[in-house]
Amino acid sequence: MRLRVAKVYLSLLFVLIVGASAVDGSRMMAQSASPASSTAGLSQTDRIAALEKQNVDNAAAIAAAQSAGDNAWMLVSAALVLMMSGPGLALFYGGLVRKKNILGTMMQTFAMMAVITVLWALVTYSLAFGEGNAFIGGLHNVFLKGVGLVPDPKYAATIPLQTFMVYQLMFAIITPALITGAFAERMKFSAMLVFMVLWALLVYSPMAHMVWGKGGLLNASLGGRFPTLDFAGGTVVHVTSGVSALITALYLGKRLGYPKVPMPPHSVVLSFIGACLLWVGWFGFNAGSALSAGTLATSAFVATHFGAAAAAIGWSVAEWIRQGKPSALGAISGCVAGLVAITPAAGFVTPMSALWIGLIAGVFCYFMVVKVKAWFGYDDSLDAFGVHGAGGTIGALLTGVFANSVINPIFGTGKPTGLFEGNGHQLLNQFVGVAIAWSISIVGTLIILFIVDKVIGLRVSVEDEREGLDLSQHGEEGYDWAH
Amino acid sequence: MQKIEAVIQPSKLDAVKDALVEIGVEGMTITEARGHGRQKGHTEFYRGREYSVDLLPKVKLEVVVSDSMLERAIAAITSAARTGAIGDGKIFVSKIDEAIRIRNDERGEIAL
Repeated sequence: MRLRVAKVYLSLLFVLIVGASAVDGSRMMAQSASPASSTAGLSQTDRIAALEKQNVDNAAAIAAAQSAGDNAWMLVSAALVLMMSGPGLALFYGGLVRKKNILGTMMQTFAMMAVITVLWALVTYSLAFGEGNAFIGGLHNVFLKGVGLVPDPKYAATIPLQTFMVYQLMFAIITPALITGAFAERMKFSAMLVFMVLWALLVYSPMAHMVWGKGGLLNASLGGRFPTLDFAGGTVVHVTSGVSALITALYLGKRLGYPKVPMPPHSVVLSFIGACLLWVGWFGFNAGSALSAGTLATSAFVATHFGAAAAAIGWSVAEWIRQGKPSALGAISGCVAGLVAITPAAGFVTPMSALWIGLIAGVFCYFMVVKVKAWFGYDDSLDAFGVHGAGGTIGALLTGVFANSVINPIFGTGKPTGLFEGNGHQLLNQFVGVAIAWSISIVGTLIILFIVDKVIGLRVSVEDEREGLDLSQHGEEGYDWAH
Repeated sequence: MQKIEAVIQPSKLDAVKDALVEIGVEGMTITEARGHGRQKGHTEFYRGREYSVDLLPKVKLEVVVSDSMLERAIAAITSAARTGAIGDGKIFVSKIDEAIRIRNDERGEIAL
């Protein structure tokens, strides 16, 4: 009896559910039909207004789609540039030192990932990209005040300002990390930290502001006094770090026993992996510097790749001729030299010009590292100057030669950009940019080294240097053969 | 009992090992080593800097055999490791006073 009642209830429930969804469906159909019936009775002005509204909606949808596309590429690029420091440079440099110093060397780069990030949030973003004078930004954006999700059209109109901020941060991290190659195997960790914080404040921030910041002296796209073409940081990143590297190498002096005691790389394999990560990461560095995902990013991406390949060949051929064998270390060093030299030029030059820039840089940096360093006898341990200082300088100058308005009409459509297009004056501007980068690096670095040397002392003790940075600075070893 | 210490080319290790096992040698100890005899080293270049490397990678093989086995073992090693070129390595032979098997305190040749 009870069972039958339950069955009736159940069938009633079933009918209700089916009925309700049928009624709901017809209501939905009525809803979708209603706009058509409502416009039928409208006057012409109302219809025009409706179309205009639709037009505005479409434009907003297109802008949102572009913004999403650009933002996706820029976030990926930011991650790629961090990868250049993180495993890339740490492995590249780590393999080149003796095995008692591998962790100390890797930690110097890793420390930048932490320390420069915090400093960036507190003050250096504001000093580099905040409103200020021609030389340095102001303090309007300290603690990232006013750096929100709304784009700043002066920097990049289609991505949130925070994306721009975090992307630029990755450059601020790798630049001081590059210097560590010059003083490898002999600098105190504590002194290195203080040196780098002061360097970020006194050298990197002003240089980045001058080239890329609002109102900067050398800013080519925001009306600077001496418009210097530097697409992704040939002067800001590579000349500053490379020249500062030379100064620190000279100031600290040679490593114990250099050059009599042999100090070959303990693992070219690690360096090889690091260099390949640098090559891949550099697409974020250069193509990301378009600050959008459009055609300019493609130009920069292509130029970057061609420059790296040509430079690897240039260095290898020079080495093959002079030493009889093309080494793996030579090939990867050449590739990095080419990536450095194409950095200011990517986004301004054609693929064929990129091949020339790479080839010239590969051969030039080979001679800087192999011949010039030996002539002067300084101990730029991992060739931070020979690759970044020399490559950055020649790349910045060659940008003024090869820049092409078809790739990037930065001075207006059809207006000549580089020397080969008939704008010889640009080469002069490039010289000014390079000269300022050299000057600020030499003066700033000397002052900082002097202060840190007096307050903390730059070098580790002789015993600590013999023992290696891993044990003496960090109390651990990279390779523990006993376990 | 005699101990044979043979320093050989790393690439010849497998051939030497097989030759010893074939004549009935039951145990051996292998060490990766570096060294040189009359053979000269080579030079390496890193970013144009020349490094002369005179300690070359070798394999050191230690075998303890009974006196009766000694000459056969030496012959097995020399024939397997010889290329005829400089750098083939050397064999040293020395007397062993005692051998003890840790598992059951067996002593002498039976412990080999």
